[in-house]
Amino acid sequence: MQILTDLILKIPGADGMSDLVMHIICAAIMATLMFIVMALCALIFTWMERKVAGFLQSRYGPMRTGRWHGWAQAIADMLKILAKEDIIPRDADRGLYVFAPILVMLGSLLAWAAIPWAPGFVAADLDLGLMYIFAVSSMAVVGILMAGWASNNKWALYGAARGAAQMISYEVPLALATIPVVMYTGSLNTQDIVIAQQGGMLNWFIFRDPFLFVAFFMYFIAGIAETNRGPFDMPETESELVAGYHTEYTGMRFAFFFLAEYANLFLIALIAVMIFLGGWWAPIPFLDFLPPALTFIIKGVMMVFLNMWVRWTLPRVRVDQLMHLCWKVMIPVTLICVIGSGIWMMVSGQAG
Amino acid sequence: MSLLPPLGTIGTSMLGHYATVLIFVVVGLIFAALALIVAKILRPRNPNYAKMTTYECGELPVGSAWVRFNVRYYLIALFFLIFDVEVIFLYPWAVVFKHLFPVPGLGALVFWEMVIFLAILSTGLAYIWAKGDLEWVKQLIERPDSSIADEDENGGAVTAGAAEEEVPTQ
Repeated sequence: MQILTDLILKIPGADGMSDLVMHIICAAIMATLMFIVMALCALIFTWMERKVAGFLQSRYGPMRTGRWHGWAQAIADMLKILAKEDIIPRDADRGLYVFAPILVMLGSLLAWAAIPWAPGFVAADLDLGLMYIFAVSSMAVVGILMAGWASNNKWALYGAARGAAQMISYEVPLALATIPVVMYTGSLNTQDIVIAQQGGMLNWFIFRDPFLFVAFFMYFIAGIAETNRGPFDMPETESELVAGYHTEYTGMRFAFFFLAEYANLFLIALIAVMIFLGGWWAPIPFLDFLPPALTFIIKGVMMVFLNMWVRWTLPRVRVDQLMHLCWKVMIPVTLICVIGSGIWMMVSGQAG
Repeated sequence: MSLLPPLGTIGTSMLGHYATVLIFVVVGLIFAALALIVAKILRPRNPNYAKMTTYECGELPVGSAWVRFNVRYYLIALFFLIFDVEVIFLYPWAVVFKHLFPVPGLGALVFWEMVIFLAILSTGLAYIWAKGDLEWVKQLIERPDSSIADEDENGGAVTAGAAEEEVPTQ
C-alpha cells in the first residue's frame, strides 16, 4: 500500500487529497488488481491444466487455437461463455440462484486482500491475516450450499451437500496445520510470517523441524480437498453427479464458479508458499536479484503444477474414504504436529 | 473513547485495513455486475418450456429436489463446529506461546495448559470415533422386523455409493 501511495503522490495535483480519499483510491486499485489476477488465474491455469493433463497422459492438449500450443484456447472459451444464454430453471429459487455464484467469487476475492506479494505490498495488512484468509474463504461453502439448494436439482443438491461436508471437514486439518507456523512466528500477520523465514532455504518453515515438514504435506492434501480438486473432487464427480452444484448454471454465472475455482487453486498454493516455503524470499542467495513478487509467483505456480500433477495421476477416492482420511488420519496427525512443534521449540530453545 | 480513529491516521490503523476489505467487497460486486451486464448485452435469449425445466438427464423431473437428506451431514456439521472452535482457541495461544514462554513463573505451564485442552478435545474425538459416528458407511442395527432388513438388501443402504442420499420414490 505504501508503494502505491508513493506512486499516486507522483501524479501532479495529488498532494491535495485527504488521507481518506487516498486510502479509498489505493484500496480500489488493489482490489481491481486482485480481480485482474483472479481472472488471469482462470485464463492461464485452464490452459496450463489442459497442457499438464496432456503432458501427463502422453498427448498434446490444445494445439490449434492461436497457433502456438493453443495459447488462445482459454480466451476463446471465455468469449464463448460470455455469449452463452443464461438459463434459470423454472423451479429454481431465483434470489438464491442468482446470488450464489457472486458469493462464491466474493469469498475468493476477499481472501486475496491479505496475500503479501512483496515487502509492504499487501492490500490489507491485517493483524489477523491468516485467520482472516481462512474465515473469508469459508464463505464459499455457503455459496456452494446456496447454489445446490436453489437449483432445485437433485444432482446439484447432492453435489452441494457433499461439497459442504468435504470443505468443512478439511478446513479443520487445513487450519490446524498452520498453527505450528503461527507458534514459531508469534504473529498472524501475513507479512510477519514471511519475514520470519528470512535467510535462505533452511530458514523456511517447512525445514525448521520434522513436525512442520509433516504439517506442510497435511496442508497440501487438505488444500486439494478444500478446492474440490484432484482425487477429492467428490462434489463434481461427472460420472455420477453430472457437474455437482453447478449443474444448472450456464454462461456468466457458471464462469463465476469457474473463476473462483481457479482463483482458489492459486490462492491455496500462494498460502502454502507464504507459510511454509519462504514467501517472497529466494531459496539461495544467488537468486536474490529476482524481484520478490516474481519469486513469490514462481513458487506459487510450481505449487499449482504439483497440485495438477496429483489431480491427473491419482484416481478419485470414495466419500467414505474421504471422511476416513480427514477425521481419522489428518486431524490426529495435525494435532500431533502442533504438540510436537511446541516440544521442539522448548527443547531447542526457539521459544522466546 | 471514540471507536473511530482520528482523521489522517486511517491509512495505517486497524480499522483502516478493514475498510480496505469493505472496498474489496464493493469492487467485487461492481465487477460481478459489470460482467453480468456485458453478458446480458451479448447473449441470446430464447427460452422455451423444455429449456427451463430442471435437468434430470433428459427425463422429465420426478418430484421436487428439496428432499430431506441424510442425517450424517448434520453430524459432520456438528463435529466441524466443535473442532473449528478448537482451532479458533488455538490461534491466540499459538500467537502468545513464544512471548509467554520466557516469562518467569510461566514457562512450560503455557505449553501444558494447551496439551490438557487438546487432550480433552481428543477424548471427544476418540469418543465419536469409538461410537462409530465417523464411519460414513454404517452397519444398520439388526432388527427382528424383517421388512427393514429387506430394504437394506434391496435399497443398497449398506453399500458405499447409494447409502449416501435417499430420494423418496413417489
